[in-house]
Amino acid sequence: MPAARITGPSALGGSRRRFLYLAATLAITEFKLRFFGSVLGYLWQLVRPLMLFAVLYFVFTKFVKIGGSVPHYPVLLLANIVLYTFFADGTGAVSSMVDREGLVRKIQFPRMAVPVSVVLTASFNLVLNMLVVLGFALASGVEPRWSWLEAPFLIALLAVLVVGLAMLLSALYVRFRDIKPIWEVVLQVAFYATPIIYAIETIDVSQRIREGIMLSPLAAILQQFRHAVIDPSAPSAAAAAGGSARLLIPAAVVIGVAALGFWYFDREAPRMAEDL
Amino acid sequence: MSEASPAIHVKDVTKEFVLPHERVHTLKERALHPFRRTGSDVLRALADVNFEVPEGEFFGIVGRNGSGKSTLLKCLAGIYRVDRGEIRMRGRLSTFIELGVGFNPDLAARDNVLINGIMLGLSPREALRRFDAIIEFAELEDFVDLKLKNYSSGMQVRLAFSVMSHVDADVLLIDEVLAVGDAAFQQKCFDVFHRLRDEGKTILFVTHDMGAVARFCDRAMLLERGRIEVIGAPELVGARYVQRNFERAQPEDQPPGDEDRVGDRSAEIVDAWFEHDGRRNDVLPQGEECVFRMRLRFATELDNPICAFLLEDERHHPLFAISNEDAGAITGTHGPGDEAVFGVTFRNVFAPGRIYATPWMLHDGGAPIVDRRPRLVTAIVTGLHRSGGLVDLPATASYDRMSERAEA
Repeated sequence: MPAARITGPSALGGSRRRFLYLAATLAITEFKLRFFGSVLGYLWQLVRPLMLFAVLYFVFTKFVKIGGSVPHYPVLLLANIVLYTFFADGTGAVSSMVDREGLVRKIQFPRMAVPVSVVLTASFNLVLNMLVVLGFALASGVEPRWSWLEAPFLIALLAVLVVGLAMLLSALYVRFRDIKPIWEVVLQVAFYATPIIYAIETIDVSQRIREGIMLSPLAAILQQFRHAVIDPSAPSAAAAAGGSARLLIPAAVVIGVAALGFWYFDREAPRMAEDL
Repeated sequence: MSEASPAIHVKDVTKEFVLPHERVHTLKERALHPFRRTGSDVLRALADVNFEVPEGEFFGIVGRNGSGKSTLLKCLAGIYRVDRGEIRMRGRLSTFIELGVGFNPDLAARDNVLINGIMLGLSPREALRRFDAIIEFAELEDFVDLKLKNYSSGMQVRLAFSVMSHVDADVLLIDEVLAVGDAAFQQKCFDVFHRLRDEGKTILFVTHDMGAVARFCDRAMLLERGRIEVIGAPELVGARYVQRNFERAQPEDQPPGDEDRVGDRSAEIVDAWFEHDGRRNDVLPQGEECVFRMRLRFATELDNPICAFLLEDERHHPLFAISNEDAGAITGTHGPGDEAVFGVTFRNVFAPGRIYATPWMLHDGGAPIVDRRPRLVTAIVTGLHRSGGLVDLPATASYDRMSERAEA
């Protein structure tokens, strides 16, 4: 048995397997906690987006009537809300390192397991919610198409973005405690700056602004999801952005955020136990 | 596994903490005062610590609060990164730090055991397989489905200790497990220590209980301000620790004021003190030769004054009194301005704890009082042995059977 050098904590902790076990176990226990933690359990996870959906649907089809002309608007709205909920829940990892202070200060383990587990929990939710969306879509007359196969790829892309943000934000929050309120504001802005409750082609703004919105990776992913899954007649992300080449920007943002998040978390991991 | 390479090898380890005077916590503070220099102190928690622990050794780490014990353990556990130096360790590590392993209060025992088992290096399947044994050891069979937040602190510690002792580690780092838990659990800990010892595990054990150090440890180490003060036999380290502890405690417990001072002051007791090891000392190791001295200054002519001192314990029990007459020392005639020192050498047989000395001086014949300064001096008697009495007299015991029994 060779003597191993103890170098202190790190993001992945030397052992990939332990990292995976730990991230998965933390995510599953957290999910179970939400599932069995209250009387209605998982229903609450579903009720939240559904209520938001019901309210928005009512407002935007009965009063504001921006949904009327959009094909399959209810399905689009629900799918968007579900995807956005995943984005918001996953990046809710912002306070995860601080919340797990008890663990971080007492045991050496791959630190990155903590924010990743939060994203995993959010993705379990996403999968269940997506089943609801699927049922709703089929019931509403959306026809299955081969382009549905794009959906897992788009969700994976979104997940990469969310993991990157989760790592970046959770590591920043250890040092700067106002990251959390700032991020909550950003999430709120993102909700309205992204075509979630409206369809990109229906809003009364210049073409430049429409194309600008598509530079956000969240908007581009949601737009492409709509085109591929719900309504093939809706503009694809490339069309809405004004050319495939312009999609390189949101793609670069996703990769950049993921790389930055990993780099920063990896850099901060050894000192987190002291900075908490 | 060769004997030559130790299980734990710590070389020149230094760990410093930067303690800012004013912690910048928010971006706003950063933005508003970008150039404000927040002063900071560097706290050197560990300074050039070097030691090795051979495989299978039970190694005690003692030290006062803030001496760096926990920092050292956290560096060994890989929770802190060392600033300088190197730590090498052989085999799987299990830790019990700061009273536990960090449970999630909202989860039941099963999930917490699973998470902590994985953190300590088990696979999920291994962790689940050991769950029953862990719960049984912790005696929590009836509380398996209870959330951890509803556990008493003693139950949580039992569970944490049980997890850490069930992960098949080769090296165990244990911090202050004996500080909590009832007598039955402490006994259980001791049983585990014995078992782990027999299995040849390497154990680092941080405690304030010198009895436990003497009982279990093969060797021990005393840390003081981040440095190794002494490393060696547990008894030696324990004695030094007790001594150190009281040396520092001293300034906070100055002897009471001089209000009760009485006498006609035809001579004064200007100073009094204990000596040990040939110098003034207020720490007196039990069993060793100690001296009490008082310095006198005469204001008038005085013939054959009587000098005496009385020792008391914390509860004002008189322990011992002696005068120059009892000891056969003659004082003689003194004039104004004369000075003298009266000393008593005695073997320190007192029980560990604080003692107080009252020096006094009387006119020839026993009255009136010249000067009496109650409880002027105090000292700490240090020792590991505590018989419960006021003194620990050197004693031998014998037992002789007076009749033979019929069968062999």
